[in-house]
Amino acid sequence: MTAPMSNRTGRARRARVVEGVMKVVTGACVAMVIGAALFVLGKIIVAGLPGISLEFLFSKPGMGMRAGGIFPVIMGTLMLVTLTGVLVLPLGVMAGIYLSEYAPKNLMTRIVRLSIANMAGVPSIVYGLFGLAVFVLLMQIGKSLLASALTLTCLTLPVIITTTEEALRQIPADLRQAALALGATRWRAISKVVLPAAAPGIVTGSILGLSRAAGETAPILVTGAAFFLPKLPDSVTSQYMSLPYHLYVLATQVPNVPPEITWGTAFVLVVGVSIVSMFAAAWRSAQRKKVKW
Amino acid sequence: MSAVLEKAVMDVPFGSLEQVRSSASSVEAVSGSFALVDVSVAYGSEMVIEGVNMLVPSRAVTALIGPSGCGKSTLLRCLNRMNDEIGGVRVGGTITLDGLDIYQKGVDPVDLRTRVGQVFQRPNPFPMSIYDNVAFGPRTQGLRKREELDEIIESSLRDAALWEEVKNHLKKHAFELSGGQQQRLCIARALATKPEVLLMDEPASALDPISTQQIEDTIAELKNLVTIVIVTHNMQQAARISDQTAFMLRESMDQPAHLVEVGDTKRMFTNPEDKRTESYITGRFG
Repeated sequence: MTAPMSNRTGRARRARVVEGVMKVVTGACVAMVIGAALFVLGKIIVAGLPGISLEFLFSKPGMGMRAGGIFPVIMGTLMLVTLTGVLVLPLGVMAGIYLSEYAPKNLMTRIVRLSIANMAGVPSIVYGLFGLAVFVLLMQIGKSLLASALTLTCLTLPVIITTTEEALRQIPADLRQAALALGATRWRAISKVVLPAAAPGIVTGSILGLSRAAGETAPILVTGAAFFLPKLPDSVTSQYMSLPYHLYVLATQVPNVPPEITWGTAFVLVVGVSIVSMFAAAWRSAQRKKVKW
Repeated sequence: MSAVLEKAVMDVPFGSLEQVRSSASSVEAVSGSFALVDVSVAYGSEMVIEGVNMLVPSRAVTALIGPSGCGKSTLLRCLNRMNDEIGGVRVGGTITLDGLDIYQKGVDPVDLRTRVGQVFQRPNPFPMSIYDNVAFGPRTQGLRKREELDEIIESSLRDAALWEEVKNHLKKHAFELSGGQQQRLCIARALATKPEVLLMDEPASALDPISTQQIEDTIAELKNLVTIVIVTHNMQQAARISDQTAFMLRESMDQPAHLVEVGDTKRMFTNPEDKRTESYITGRFG
């Protein structure tokens, strides 16, 4: 009687030990991730904040980029991201709607979905070279805002499509049925009921996708980002300056740049993207609280 | 079309032939009556319902009863062609609404559904205001005039016995209503399309007893306005609210469900013709 009894308590003790160890191990992993993120963010803030001033934000670079500000750089990134958004959102959201609402459940649809998932895994330099070959050279758009935006569109498209599809799938089938049963066409059910309900998810996902695109360097390096320009781009076929590429230039291509300019540029990029992402996340959770299924 | 109806009359195997004949002859006068002739439903290659013959009289409540999985809801969804929205469902036989074969070429299911509304098992209001919920159907049909919309919304909410509770809160989000109120809102929303028939798929099964009572009272009022076909699990409910009852049964998973008996509710519950009906309504199975 005593042997199996002690056996059982032995096993229970071991289970408790494993439980405790795993809690510590998993917790430590989280702490490491958060620690690394905080370290990077902290370093950028500490080193970059002193360089931030109105003059830095709103004036042109001077003295071979060793002085002055980054206004054209910020504007270039804003223009690029806006243009990318204008191109990618209609395309991606419509494709997401098709996949979620209209696509038949067959092999073809599965292949399309798989291809989209694979597109998301393609390295960004490959998109860059694709953009260079197709948009810049083949279509003769030249190195420009437009060529870069088209390239970033390809890069962001899988994120937007997947986000849209996922957001639409969260909407209960009941709602579609109710709309159809009232004599609505599929499109009316989608546009008046399903899409508005899914909008918070779609908008947030799109913003996150676009803010990642804002930080991409490789695709724009070969499709239109300029080393230095004396003025703002005046059309979509102009070249432009942009934050991630400018940062790369300051850090590796120009000797003797004051560190507060380099770190200040990093600060603007990282903090800008973080603020937009946080707003997106906060807005979504506010919307979620408002509407419960 | 009268040939089909004639056949329906002749083939209806149960119930009072007199009643069936009178329904059939008055079809032209009163709208919103169905005739089902040899209706079958298949999911892919599996036959799930077979050989259903019955009439659904106008301005009356027809209850579909039977054990879970006997195809009541599937049969109900044939009447507004909601089964079309699920891939791989084939409907055989003939279903006519006031003489019109609803599965014939040229019948648009979208139009059909403005004549045959549906209320679902779980309340499913749209995530918008009470007003916009009820206005959805009329707006879908192109109605934009504010006064006309207001009028339809008030009368629909009155018919669904919800007006008094919400008349000062029409701008409120529909999700703020209780479950029972939401279901009555869904009824109002369906009524706003001015349907001739209202299909109800266990409309009270997700509700508490008081809300259930309110829904039943609403149904009793509504049958003066529309034909009602209701699927219910609740035998007492069928006995309380329906004029005609149809009992469906799927006797084994190898064979399709069929209609065992259909007829006047009082007679069905007091003097069923079929042994299986008697066993079911007295609670011996299902």
